[in-house]
Amino acid sequence: MKDEIIIAGFGGQGVLSMGKILAYSGLMENKEVTWLPSYGPEQRGGTANVTVILSDERISSPILDSYDVAVVLNQQSLDKFEPKVKPGGVLIYDSYGINRIPTRTDITVYRVDAMDATFEMQNTKAFNMLVLGALLKVRPMVTVESVLKGLKKTLPERHHNLLPMNEEALRRGMELVNS
Amino acid sequence: MESEIRLMKGNEALAHAMIRYGADGYFGYPITPQSEVLETLEAEMPWETTGMVVLQAESEVAAINMVYAGAGCGKAVCTSSSSPGMSLMQEGVSYIAAAELPALLINCMRGGPGLGTIQPSQADYFQTTKGGGHGDYHLIALAPSSVQEMCDFVALGWDLAFKYRNPAIILADGIVGQMMEKVVLPEQRSRRTQEEVRKQCPWAVTGKKNRKRNVITSLELEAPAMEKINNHLQAKYKEIEANEVRYEALNTEDCDYLLVAFGSMARICEKVMELARKQGLKAGLLRPITLWPFPAAAIAEAAKKAKGILVVELSAGQMIEDVKLAVNCNVEVRHYGRLGGVVPNPDEVLDALKGMIK
Amino acid sequence: MKPEDIISKGECVYKKPSLLTDANMHYCPGCSHGVVHKLIAEVIEEMGMEDKAVGVSPVGCAVFAYNYIDVDWVQAAHGRAPSVATALKRLNPENLVFTYQGDGDLAAIGTCETIHAANRGENIAIIFINNAIYGMTGGQMAPTTLLGMKTATTPYGRRVDLNGHPLVMAPLMAQLDGTCYVTRQSVHTPGAVRKAKAAIRKAFENSMAGKGTSMVEIVSTCNSGWKLTPAQANEWMVEHMFKKYPLGDLKNE
Repeated sequence: MKDEIIIAGFGGQGVLSMGKILAYSGLMENKEVTWLPSYGPEQRGGTANVTVILSDERISSPILDSYDVAVVLNQQSLDKFEPKVKPGGVLIYDSYGINRIPTRTDITVYRVDAMDATFEMQNTKAFNMLVLGALLKVRPMVTVESVLKGLKKTLPERHHNLLPMNEEALRRGMELVNS
Repeated sequence: MESEIRLMKGNEALAHAMIRYGADGYFGYPITPQSEVLETLEAEMPWETTGMVVLQAESEVAAINMVYAGAGCGKAVCTSSSSPGMSLMQEGVSYIAAAELPALLINCMRGGPGLGTIQPSQADYFQTTKGGGHGDYHLIALAPSSVQEMCDFVALGWDLAFKYRNPAIILADGIVGQMMEKVVLPEQRSRRTQEEVRKQCPWAVTGKKNRKRNVITSLELEAPAMEKINNHLQAKYKEIEANEVRYEALNTEDCDYLLVAFGSMARICEKVMELARKQGLKAGLLRPITLWPFPAAAIAEAAKKAKGILVVELSAGQMIEDVKLAVNCNVEVRHYGRLGGVVPNPDEVLDALKGMIK
Repeated sequence: MKPEDIISKGECVYKKPSLLTDANMHYCPGCSHGVVHKLIAEVIEEMGMEDKAVGVSPVGCAVFAYNYIDVDWVQAAHGRAPSVATALKRLNPENLVFTYQGDGDLAAIGTCETIHAANRGENIAIIFINNAIYGMTGGQMAPTTLLGMKTATTPYGRRVDLNGHPLVMAPLMAQLDGTCYVTRQSVHTPGAVRKAKAAIRKAFENSMAGKGTSMVEIVSTCNSGWKLTPAQANEWMVEHMFKKYPLGDLKNE
């Protein structure tokens, strides 16, 4: 099994850390993983994206032309990466601030209103975990248990009180998926 | 610390590998895209555990001269930088090579020339393999293409540096430095005691207890004597060329077209090779791991049956010169590269490869 | 007949320090370097640090200091001696680490390294030979060259508008929090030599006590570069150099 994923959005939306959590979850399942961000000034405020590859075998290029899954969290990213989803692949987008919705019919498109949900939950920090929940609902490439195990390993002890909130957001995100 | 599986950036892996090697010192100056090396070391505080010295120097110039001194007293010391910073260090690198000191250097290349960009590049190939500083010298140049190799080449680099009393350099790029992958960190080795350093490096300046004084210098005003020193260096380089060539060959036995690439570009070319084979084009990949000594014989062997060679680099064409020399113009050698920090996609490299088919 | 046969031990009032090698010094007759070398050798010997001393020689006339003082040495790239000394001392704190630098090395090409090593308070001693000229390369202007002074690159005398002002390093170093001892000495009279020796000893002791950076500036002559006899050079130094670079402690903590 190999999943080639792009996650893209605004800097500050937790794009890179969502990719990191996904990669770490893959590691928990003994997969080969790569995580390659767009780095530099782009990290601060502009658009940010990260390529994550999870595979049972050795991974060749960390840089890709096309993706099995694109998770896009703003209009720019949707415009940029919709054409790069492989036929038969998956595109997940957050509807917040989107004025041109995806049009391709040879891929499966899912809408997730995660940003709206964070307003309801009054917790904008939960955003990327909601999106990750939606992604794992659509493509269960790693288990929720692995995500939580990975989080526990990477979060410093003093932040372990945040684990229940993350789990809740993850499960909530799974319910938010609209096709 | 025991061996451990972690997910981390290439730059972070370098720092952890240094500590676990039992390194004595790191001296560096921040520059994107390799600042995580110093940041990680400062966060890990190895001076509290292994006694490793970590110092943010006032410049790359100061840092390389600290490395010169550290290696001069027989310690396992390192500096890392990115392209513009490496240019600043070249005088010191020449001194280290001339004084035959076992230092480890790391260049996480970015786009140049000049201040350039902070995006990945491989355009310091000439600087690294053809000199860089003044005089006839060579660095043992290792080109990692994965985070695991970033980790492993720290130990390999130092081992080779001490074996030959010659500086070794890890020539990485922004991709390998910034990318996170699974990495198996080795178990912690203890730092050598001062007695062990004295025994392993009887030439080192540690204070002249029970021996004649040692002097670390590269100065010799008498030309015939300086020639003799040069001849000694050249003999050592011959020995390294004979013993230390490293490369990885994938599908080279039956390939019609051979890709030659190092570091992150080799990863992209591996994908290109997979795509090409799916389309019925028999492609192979030869990845030099040591850029100096260069795997010329292996490339010549792999090229025997090939109809063409495509050298893929993040430069305007530097390693291609060594590939051409290796195959002695017996087969067509073309170059594909992107410049200034732009990284090619596998598809465009595949197109370039297909363009070679007659 | 050997000298030992006619000199009884009781009568020996002066001898070459055992740490000075028998190599013929390449310094010009009258040059201050030889005296300062002897003082360093004496101090290391008297402190019993022969087995722990590591010197850092510069680029300049004193590049071959390692041929004359019988301890471990590192020859540093031009101006980088304080960086070299920084790493030597941090990696082997039990060593007595000192640099020996001229005015070009310390105050021109190596100003950055000098100031930063001192500002970090590296536990090293810096011996700074200030003779206001580039001796080895043939008498060109140094950063410390006095106004009006003729050199190979200021053939009509140093001018402010063309060459800027003489750089006075000691006060710069004294104001840094990392320095514990900054002093200016000379070696042109027996009395001055005794004081200079005491200053070098203090600087070396400071470094072993972990008190921070010490700098001993030796205002020196370069009679060849100055185109004077050794005696005239001493007089010229007293008359002109001491005005710009007065002797004494600037900082002693």
